[in-house]
Amino acid sequence: MAESKAKAPRGTVRRVLACVRPYRARLGLSVLMAAVFSVGELTLPIMAGRAIDLIVAPGSVDFAALAPILTRIAVVTAVCAAAQWVMNALGNAVTFGVVRDVRKQAFDRILRVPVKYVDAHPHGDVVSRIVTDADQFADGLLLGFNKCFCGVISIVGTLVFMLVINWKIALVVALLTPLSLFAARTISRRSYRAFQAQSTLRGEQTGLIDETLENIKTVKAFSREAARLAAFDDLNGRLSKASLRATFLSSLTNPTTRFVNSVVYAAVALCGSAAIVSGHFAVGGAAFTVGALSGFLAYANRYTKPFNEISGVFAELQNALACAARLFELLDAAEETPDGADARVLTDPAGGVSFRDAAFSYDPARPFIRDLSLDVKPGQRVAIVGPTGCGKTTLINLLMRFYDVTGGSVAVDGTDVRDITRGSLRRSFGMVLQETWLMHGTVAENIAYARPDASREEIVAAAKKAHAHSFIRRLPDGYDTVVGADGGSLSQGQRQQLCAARLFLAQPRMLILDEATSSIDTRTEQQIQAAFTRLMEGRTAFIVAHRLSTIRHADVILVMRDGQIVETGDHETLLARGGFYAELHQAQFGAVST
Amino acid sequence: MKKLLVYLKPYAKESAAGPLLKLTEAAMDLAVPVIVGRLIDDGIAAGNMRYAAGMAGVLVALAAAGLTIAILAQFFAAKAAVGFVTGVRRALFAHLGTLSYSDVDRLGAASLITRMTSDMAQLQNGTNLTLRLLLRSPFVVLGSTVMAFVIDLRAGLLFLAAVAVLACVVFGVMLRTVPMYRGVQEQLDDVTDHVGQTLTGARVVRAFCREESERNAFAGRADRLNRLQKAVGRVSALLNPVTFLLINLAVVWLIHTGAVRVEAGSLSQGQVVALYNYMAQILVELIKGADLFILLTKAIACGNRIEAVMELRSSMTFPAEAPAEDPDAPAVSFEDVTLAYNDADPALTRVSFAVRRGQTVGVVGSTGSGKTSLVNLIPRFYDATGGVVRVNGADVRDYPEKTLRDKIGVVPQKAVLFRGTIRENLLWGSEDATREELEQAVHAAQCDDVIAAKPEGLDAPVEQAGRNFSGGQRQRLTIARALVRRPEILILDDSASALDMATDLRLRQAIASLPGDMTVFIVSQRASSVMQADVILVLEDGVLAACGDHETLLKTSEIYREIYESQFGEAVHHG
Repeated sequence: MAESKAKAPRGTVRRVLACVRPYRARLGLSVLMAAVFSVGELTLPIMAGRAIDLIVAPGSVDFAALAPILTRIAVVTAVCAAAQWVMNALGNAVTFGVVRDVRKQAFDRILRVPVKYVDAHPHGDVVSRIVTDADQFADGLLLGFNKCFCGVISIVGTLVFMLVINWKIALVVALLTPLSLFAARTISRRSYRAFQAQSTLRGEQTGLIDETLENIKTVKAFSREAARLAAFDDLNGRLSKASLRATFLSSLTNPTTRFVNSVVYAAVALCGSAAIVSGHFAVGGAAFTVGALSGFLAYANRYTKPFNEISGVFAELQNALACAARLFELLDAAEETPDGADARVLTDPAGGVSFRDAAFSYDPARPFIRDLSLDVKPGQRVAIVGPTGCGKTTLINLLMRFYDVTGGSVAVDGTDVRDITRGSLRRSFGMVLQETWLMHGTVAENIAYARPDASREEIVAAAKKAHAHSFIRRLPDGYDTVVGADGGSLSQGQRQQLCAARLFLAQPRMLILDEATSSIDTRTEQQIQAAFTRLMEGRTAFIVAHRLSTIRHADVILVMRDGQIVETGDHETLLARGGFYAELHQAQFGAVST
Repeated sequence: MKKLLVYLKPYAKESAAGPLLKLTEAAMDLAVPVIVGRLIDDGIAAGNMRYAAGMAGVLVALAAAGLTIAILAQFFAAKAAVGFVTGVRRALFAHLGTLSYSDVDRLGAASLITRMTSDMAQLQNGTNLTLRLLLRSPFVVLGSTVMAFVIDLRAGLLFLAAVAVLACVVFGVMLRTVPMYRGVQEQLDDVTDHVGQTLTGARVVRAFCREESERNAFAGRADRLNRLQKAVGRVSALLNPVTFLLINLAVVWLIHTGAVRVEAGSLSQGQVVALYNYMAQILVELIKGADLFILLTKAIACGNRIEAVMELRSSMTFPAEAPAEDPDAPAVSFEDVTLAYNDADPALTRVSFAVRRGQTVGVVGSTGSGKTSLVNLIPRFYDATGGVVRVNGADVRDYPEKTLRDKIGVVPQKAVLFRGTIRENLLWGSEDATREELEQAVHAAQCDDVIAAKPEGLDAPVEQAGRNFSGGQRQRLTIARALVRRPEILILDDSASALDMATDLRLRQAIASLPGDMTVFIVSQRASSVMQADVILVLEDGVLAACGDHETLLKTSEIYREIYESQFGEAVHHG
């Protein structure tokens, strides 16, 4: 275990401290309060012991001396309680504050990283870093720190008090306690392995459950319930065994340390009695009293407790540092290269687009787009066709600078897109993608996503152009109906219509329609296409579509295959050429001739 | 929660033994202060060192016995808890297999998965700790109080009062915080959603330059979460200090009255020490008890969520005996069929048609017109809310589940494969398919190249949900899976959407040339995919608007003509 602890790099610890810095005053105060509480709490058994010493036998109780001690106990208790509350409340405030801060930083980061990062990392993983890891990191670290700190004060304090009362007996306690640590260590090492075996099996089982339930309809359609259950049973049986072992082993720690504790307790009672009765173990001239013994017993009882807690804290801290490392990894993700200082702000571009020997690949080992050159004049309508994976979407990624070319250049109105500010470049384009995305908000907010200041009239007008007005009106709250990120009750086609409405509202200089109407039924699609066509008047437009009918009226058709433009021309030219385009066309229309 | 306890029954002995052993251990703990008291009064005060040593020996013996008993108790508790949850988990998984499609739709897969995994883990943890501690904490608290009564009546009353006040504090704090924690959880869900949303919308957010507003919206959510957390933190931070304060004030009171009683001779010094120690024990147990209580409420909530699903009876029942089929009847017929999901507007309204064996049926219509709903009724994935669906002349509700489903090969819209190998996946169609049959299906489904690209061929591994295959590959493999079954009825529910037109065409030709009298339903957005069908069903808003072959429909159905022309343009159909 000791080796794995070293894994958390020094840098992580330093950065953790940096996260806490804004809260250092509150954290300092919380530490101070922890010290006050721990020390105060430790003096209580001594005071109680002294008080008990004053009430030895009938007729000899010293009430005069007793009263101030009791008052002191009450005061110390009150101070301790107050300190503990302040400590807890401040600890909470710091923890929650740090979590919020790192979450905001992490969120800011995901807005700044290149799209490539978002594409390459599973979203669930990123979400769990921002949500779960942030929580665990702050929780484990700060609570762990507090526990550790209180524990150390408590151990040192207890030891000092015991040494002061009677160093010989204190030594007995100090020598016996490592037994409990040793026992706890041995057990936890074994149970750690058992827990690992358990979580491996649990992961496997979750995989099976996931797969089955996500696709329960297919399972049922093929009557595979019994087969799935048999596979499940097998895993369930193994998990049950592993789980029993892990649970049982880990639950041995408490009884074992409690046993060692009890032995220490008995030893103190024995030595204490010997000190009082026969003077063995007595230290110096001071007599060992019953009150002192009672206090000593209380100390012996609590001396081992912080040890157990601290050993628990180590596991927690390790976990917290691992979470912190995952979180920092996200925070360290490289940002998009910032816009150059002299980057041009694109305002009202004419809309000429050119690719010069552009090269690009998602994976350096496998070149994808090579030597791609292309000139689009302002106002031209360009359709891109080709089989899945031919590079249509990649071209759009390069246009919008979601990705940058790895060779050659892409230019708008003659300026390399890398010399244009990203914001102004992207604002000049309006895009509707196949994968519709709605934010959690009202229908109106979603349509106005590109222009939050748009009036309701403008929004309704845009919706009408996208033929979305009639279904929006039938929604429970019309334009103010809240739709979730998953679109709620909207169908895929309706969601595409809302995305189209966004574009009609934004009226950008250049358009990108990537399978923009693929989920809308063909009749509605035709009506929307008509509106798109009006919008495209005088605007440069890039259209990706499966359906050849949507692209046949384009000025230029680019036929792509394996990252290359294999044919260029208008519909008639390409058909006449009898190449790949003609073949694609045949597949769709060929059936008619049979 | 109560109904789940059946699964604890096989472990009745363990679940009784665990807590009882724990009680024994706790009783031994309770004896400790008495023994120390005796050690002081009869050993030290009397100067009898031998007696004191004997009492110390008793303490060690008690501890050793306690250890043995505790280990046994932990084992029984673990065994009962693990066994219990293993049983519940199996029962729930088996039960989920019996639910109908509409039940699954209503509950949602995500929620069912949570119940199978994290709810189960919480339940196990909660059960285990409950068996270990539930009796112990109250027992020690009450036992300490009783012991205090045994030592001294008035001290006992003080204990009683202290325990009552503490119980009020613990419950008060809990009552206040439980709803607050729920609020925190909801806000956390909100934060989680927002992050997930921003990731899926990464392109759109950037395209519209909305980074700043997303940042602000997220900050608002994170801040709100922070405020809620701090509010609940302030209340829950009270629990420990207040408990601490009350117990120590009780100690002051105890020593004070103790002093008076000792002075009067009605109490000994050792007894005061014993009472003091009991008070300390109560403090420890109360803190443990409060932690347990939180866990317990969570475990019960999880148990209730599990039970809610277990109690759900499938909304569909199946007879045991297969019905008599009529060889001359249509392969599939709908008689006045209406389908409404959960009281919503009907997805299908009074649909009637009949299809002969061996015919190919195209189903077209706009998005949301009811195409999938229609084909889902044939394998009885849903029950019609009105009218009758017949297969081979018999009402689908008269078929045993497996008999009916075995007749039908379904290729769903969402193409998923399951972890294993390609071969294992194909065998879903039919357990005893031969190698030739598999290859034939693979060939017809146009996935020869998919298999050829894998060095292991048919034994190539498939990852969960078939992630290691592209959408188009998955679609073709799911078609092969259905063909392996050699079904009487094949349903392709928009299952070629990821295929290019040329592959789609070859696929349809291959299916048409398969031997046997297969009745095929093709649901599609593309007119080209259904044009050659013997019958085309045209749906509009859940109503069968027209029905006939391509040529007839072009002449008679305006809707069909519009669909067709929207894809081919007006000029083409004359050619």
